Amino acid sequence: MKLTKLANLLVIALVLSIAATGCRKKPVGVTPLPNPYAKNTVSSPGPSLPSTPGGIGTAPETGVGSHPMVNPAETGGTPLGPGHQGWAEDVQTLQPDTVYFDFDSSVVKASEKPKVTAVADYLKANPEKALRVEGNCDERGTEEYNRALGDRRALAVREELIAAGITADRVDTKTWGKDNPANDAGHDEAAWKKNRRDDFIVLTAPAKP
Amino acid sequence: MQIKHILFAFSLVATGAFAQPSIEITKTITAPGFTPPIWVSLSGFSGEASEVLRFDLYVQGFGFTNAEAAQYILSGSNNGNLEGKVTDNVTKALILQPKAYSGAALRRQAHAFVDDFTVALGRKPICLTKVAFKGENNRHSEIYIADFDGHNVQPVTRDNSIAAAPCWVPGHLALYYESYMLGNPCIFYQNLASGERRAFAHYNGSNFSPAVSPDGSEVAMILDKDGWTDLYVCGRDSSDPKRLTRSPQDESSPCWSPDGRWICYAAKDREHRTLKKISPSGGTAQTIPTSGMPSPSEPDWSPDGQWIAFTVQHARDFGICVVPAKGGEATELVSGEDPSWAPNSRTLMFGRRQGGRYTLCLLDVPTKQYKDVSRFTGISSQSQPSWAR
Repeated sequence: MKLTKLANLLVIALVLSIAATGCRKKPVGVTPLPNPYAKNTVSSPGPSLPSTPGGIGTAPETGVGSHPMVNPAETGGTPLGPGHQGWAEDVQTLQPDTVYFDFDSSVVKASEKPKVTAVADYLKANPEKALRVEGNCDERGTEEYNRALGDRRALAVREELIAAGITADRVDTKTWGKDNPANDAGHDEAAWKKNRRDDFIVLTAPAKP
Repeated sequence: MQIKHILFAFSLVATGAFAQPSIEITKTITAPGFTPPIWVSLSGFSGEASEVLRFDLYVQGFGFTNAEAAQYILSGSNNGNLEGKVTDNVTKALILQPKAYSGAALRRQAHAFVDDFTVALGRKPICLTKVAFKGENNRHSEIYIADFDGHNVQPVTRDNSIAAAPCWVPGHLALYYESYMLGNPCIFYQNLASGERRAFAHYNGSNFSPAVSPDGSEVAMILDKDGWTDLYVCGRDSSDPKRLTRSPQDESSPCWSPDGRWICYAAKDREHRTLKKISPSGGTAQTIPTSGMPSPSEPDWSPDGQWIAFTVQHARDFGICVVPAKGGEATELVSGEDPSWAPNSRTLMFGRRQGGRYTLCLLDVPTKQYKDVSRFTGISSQSQPSWAR
């Protein structure tokens, strides 16, 4: 008997407390609105930016030595070197060695490995050259996911080149995500397979003045 | 006897018979995609004002009906300036006193009226907020900002390069974004009020996907300077990023929990794709399960901390999904990619693919009502929205 009465009181208290938290204040009066967007003007982009890559803010990035024999799994990857700003770009020479990837994968397939070997051989024969590996994706992925996947594709081939004996600092990477299709006319597998790729850009130091 | 009383009491609360305007008692979203709209009727508004009211209400989960069937009646006029009030049709009480709006364009007055109404219901207002996005033309892309409904577009960049992935600095008229204008993708900071811009992360290699912490003090991002595509975090005034992941697989698209304790991102275990979260101080990442939805990417954490929205990738299509923030059953709502939460933790903006291009679209998660944002002249594709908070 007592228990039922107590339960009743508890239930009523619970319901009332839930109801009470719903009370709202009443807004009052006329509200003049300020001029829209008076402070929201967007000026043109600021002064020209430093062209040397340097990390965060202006901290310079120092070069790192090569570690051809170290297992990347133990070191967390082989750090990138300082890069080759201002070097001349050649997209033709190694174009036949463009490496292609399966959908949503950054694995360098066995069928593609001979091309990586050919690129390594070229770099060994031309020790004054450097290389940029540019990773790309087809359109069937979301934008930032594809940017990361393209990056992983570039790094995967870079690791193979380092394992083949190329100095780590000679190989730069860049991802385009899906923003740089080789074939942007088609929307089928024939087109997509041509976009899932690493391009090789040969870099030559600028002639001394 | 006991149980009957408890059930009766809860049914009273559930039907709002205690004359409280809010249906939602504890959570903004309880049944994503399966919540009926809140029915309103509009009376006395015309022309552009009426269009704005309808748009703003629809994308916040309201439906339109006649005055008898509505739960709330929004009535007023817009001869010159807008005047309006809102009546609760159940109790007949005024939940918004008659109010006259002045001093700005009619659209803005209409936005303010809807804001006042939703605030009266206990929600966070969204109609005077801004979004940033990537706009594409001819294989170049730039960053733009606009009102949440797509009006008043303003360019942020004019670099004739590729600029993408904008992210607001919370509470400030400033953005981080990635740009290829220096050659490789670098992360830039731009103050929209002053026009000041500087490169924030510009290591050799690729720097992308910036995400600013809720207190504005840190930026999470994806860098490959150490040889792997990994997640890093760096103080905005620091030059020493902290490496959070060390994985040969790629991580992508970080976002922050609203309490700043977690960074959620898309990850891979072997070739299996998942969402994970990690503390910005480092440590072990935890998986956020998204049952039923494989290949999640581009997460965004709701401002109330309760839900994570993300993109699911199917064989031929993408979908906007939500999952409770601790993980669990994920619900797919509409086709689309790259969601960004509004401050009200129920409306999302996302990109909807149409052929090779994207349109920005707004979705109310509880009701699944969605509507395209204005078409933009001169911009052929709009994607990667970031909602200012």
